[in-house]
Formats: sequence, C-alpha cells, structure tokens
Amino acid sequence: MRELLSQKVLQLKPSGIRKFFDVANEVPGVISLGVGEPDFDTPYHIREAAVQAMQSGKTFYTANHGLLELRREICNYTYRKTGLKYDPESQVMITVGGSEAIDIALRTIINPGDEILYIEPSFVSYLPCIIMADGVPVPIELKQENRFRLTREQLEQAVTPKSKALFISYPNNPTGAIMEREDLEALADVIERHNLLVISDEIYSELTYGQEHVSLASLPGMKERTIMINGFSKNFAMTGWRLGYALGNQEVIEQMIKVHQYVIMCAPTVSQYGAMEAMVNGEADAVSMRESYNQRRRYLHHELERLGLPCFQPEGAFYMFPDIREFGMSSEDFAMDLLNEEKVAVVPGSAFGESGEGFVRISYAYSIAELKEALARIERYIRKKRGE
Amino acid sequence: METLSMKILKALETNSRLTNSDLAIMMDVPEDEIRREISRLENEHIICGYHTLINWNTVSDEDVTALVELRVTPQGGDGYQKIAEKIKDFPQVVTLYLVSGAYDFLVTVKGRTLKEISLFVSGKLASLPEVQSTTTHFALSKYKELGVDLDVEKTDKRMVVTP
Repeated sequence: MRELLSQKVLQLKPSGIRKFFDVANEVPGVISLGVGEPDFDTPYHIREAAVQAMQSGKTFYTANHGLLELRREICNYTYRKTGLKYDPESQVMITVGGSEAIDIALRTIINPGDEILYIEPSFVSYLPCIIMADGVPVPIELKQENRFRLTREQLEQAVTPKSKALFISYPNNPTGAIMEREDLEALADVIERHNLLVISDEIYSELTYGQEHVSLASLPGMKERTIMINGFSKNFAMTGWRLGYALGNQEVIEQMIKVHQYVIMCAPTVSQYGAMEAMVNGEADAVSMRESYNQRRRYLHHELERLGLPCFQPEGAFYMFPDIREFGMSSEDFAMDLLNEEKVAVVPGSAFGESGEGFVRISYAYSIAELKEALARIERYIRKKRGE
Repeated sequence: METLSMKILKALETNSRLTNSDLAIMMDVPEDEIRREISRLENEHIICGYHTLINWNTVSDEDVTALVELRVTPQGGDGYQKIAEKIKDFPQVVTLYLVSGAYDFLVTVKGRTLKEISLFVSGKLASLPEVQSTTTHFALSKYKELGVDLDVEKTDKRMVVTP
C-alpha cells in the first residue's frame, strides 16, 4: 500500500508528542504537566453566546473570510493592542485555529525550493507544514544563553538568496520566551534588506508577564511584509473551538482566502459567534487568567530553581523549558523514565525540534495544588538520580 | 492593577492552605509583607475564617440542611437589626440574609435530623415575637456549594499531553 502513497507525506516524522501521549495516557494516576492548553473553562458568557447563536439558527456558512462583524471586532482589538490598523474588508480572515492560518500562509507564499527560516525549538507543526508546501525548512537554533530569543546575528547567518520568509512565534511554545521591542528592532533591517516576508504566530499574545506583547508588524516598514497569526485558543481558553485569524497585506490575504475557500469554505459559524463575544467582552477574562498564570509561573520557577534545574525565567505563554542535560539522558529517555518512576508527564524537548534536545517542556496551565504534587514527585525523582 | 490584598484574598478564597511562603512566591513580594497583610485582613475581619468545604453527605446520614423563609415585623428605629442579632445567635443558623421580595429573612439551618430542624424552627424561630410566619424548605440534594461542584470530583477534561 505504501508505494501508492505520497512520498512527501510518508517522509514526515510522526509527532513526538503523539508518541509520548500514547504512553502517558496508559499510566494510571499520572499527573500531567504536558498539556499545551489552558486549564480554564471557556468563560461562561462566551459559551452562552455560542449556544444562543446555535439556538437562534445561526448555523449556516459565513463569508469565506468570516463574519464581517467578527472581522471588525478583531481589527478593533488588534488596534487596541498594537496600534495597527487593518481593514476588516480586505486585510483579515478567520481561520480554523491558528493552525490553518499557518498552513495556508505557507502555501500562499512558497514556490518550490523557497527557503523558510524558522526558529527552533518551536511548535510541532511549522516544519511539516513548510515541507508539505514544498518549501525548504531552514531551522535557526535558539540558545538558552539568549533566553531563546532570535538574534540579529543568527538571522544574518541563516539568510541566503533563496530565503523567502522568516517564521517566528513569540511568546514561544515550548520555551516561554518573548521578544522585546529592541530584540525585534534588531531584526527589522535584516528582514528589509533581504526582502523577506514574515509569518508571525502570536497565538499567546495575551500571555506575557511584566511587559506587554510587542508585535513585529508594529515596527516601521514591517506591517506590509508580515502575516500576523493569532487566535482564541490560548488567549481566551477556547482551544476546542478551533478558531484563529490572519492579518496582513491585502494582496497576501486575498490569495490566502483563495486557498481557504477551496479547502475549508469558512471557519465554524457557531465558534465565530462565541469569538465575537470574546472580542467584545472577554478582555477582563484574559486579564484574570493572566494573573493566575503569572502566580503559577513564579511558583514553578522558584521551585525549579530550588531543585537546581537550570531554567531562565520565562516571560510569556505558560511553559518552562528546564535544562536536564546533567542527567546524561536524552530528553525522551528522561521524560519516559520520569513517567515510569514517578508518574509525572512532561514533554521531551526533542518533540519541538532537534535543538530542543536536552530540555523538557513543563506546562503551568495547572492549579498550584497540582503543581505542588507534581513538583514533589519530580524532586524525589531527581534526588534519586543525583544519588542524594 | 489589582492590589496585593485583593490578590491574596482571591488566592485564599479558593485554597486557604496556601502558605505565606507560597503566596510570597506567587505574588513576588517578601514573605513579611504577606504576613503583615494577612494579619491586617484578619484583624479588620475581612478574612473571617479558614473553613474547609466538606461534603458531609458522603460520610454521614446525619446532615440535614433547610432554607427557612421568615416574615417578620421590623422594630421601630432599629429596623431589622435587632431581630437579626437574635436569629444569628442560634448555633443552628449557618447563614442569615435579609432579602428583597415576598419575605424578609432567608435563614440556612443545619441539624442532624429533620425532626431536630423542625423543632428548632417551630420552637425557636417561629416563637420569636417579631416573627409572623415561617416557610421551611428541606434540602433534598446538594449539587454545588461555595462555587464548588459537589457531585463529582473535578477531573481534567484535557488530554494528557497536547502540543
């Protein structure tokens, strides 16, 4: 059968997370710190708005690029957050999660052989989506000593005449890194000089601690060449709703909508009504969730420091990415061993690209009580490994 | 910006077992400051206790709750205050609210048996001179208390590992 299938797809590696999930799922009494989604329920008023939409029969297709009212609200929200003005008619489209936006953005810009620079470690779908769109993936390995930020030098080194676009995602999954304004400014003229497009996945934009998220598109000259991807999953605890959006230059969005309309038609209508409620009345929810994450972030980081696991204090998303190289195991072996010995699930760093090797991702989308129990188990485990 | 005391109150409201040291780390302030702030909140009776929410029905059959509506005659200058003082003194009374609507007080009463509560309502509450009438509703099932679902252990609905 295999010979009948696409070589391109056959050669994709299955997701490391999937593999780990299959094992962890079978362990009774497991405490998981492996989840990449909020622990909060979607705020009630958002769910209610969706139920109302459904009950009043708003269950038909919407325009390909989404409900106009929602596109308007997204543009208003983006303006409040970034000061950037996008036209709801032509510069925004609603997608099935940020994931679809990633896929169609890549498919829209890539000609076979174009190189796409992307940061690593990073979300699991960037690499395969680049390959499926016939691009050549060029990973830029981020360094712990740079707090997993992308530096101008690293970008300069990776650029070639074939480079088509830079793909970044901050606040970052799995490292929790952010990019501050000056970090982004350092990249801007390299991007301009090499005439690169930028895909900026900002799905965790509401979740920064200490400073507001800065979008690359808000830097001079960057808006025109940036496809900004965002969504509702992380910012408003709406993962299962599968709703995201892309903002960008009219010419790019127009072409992305072509791909989207033939593949998807439109994002789920009921979800779009829920999302509208999130845009209009959901910011207080985002603020209170952010405060909770922040408290857990401080708690978890303090505990990792106490255990002597090297980890910079992350300033975004809800992940920490401690260094486990002292144990002399691959991150997969470490995660598997920790799971077997103490029934705690963390995600091997290698699931996020080769440069994630030597690290594990710990999510703090958990209550303090859960974190406490998990950390007690981790402590027992590493003390045993260190022979203490 | 939320004040430190608001943050402390919100954190303790759902988990009163958090230690001062936990709170200090979570709020990023010195432990001393947490201790001072909590003392102040206790002294000013803003924090009124550190109770534990127990689903007694699972361990004992002798746990009966009733909601009692009271209609009363308010007293001249004191309004409802004096009568409220009298009612809240009874140890059987666990909550007491003055409410708008068809009656005046809503009283939650706890006891070991239906009979015990009946005797309390007829013997103590109804016999107060200000009380005109009582209506007693015995709770048949408790589903949620203090915002917590009592029926099921809260389970994580998420998959164990996701990207």
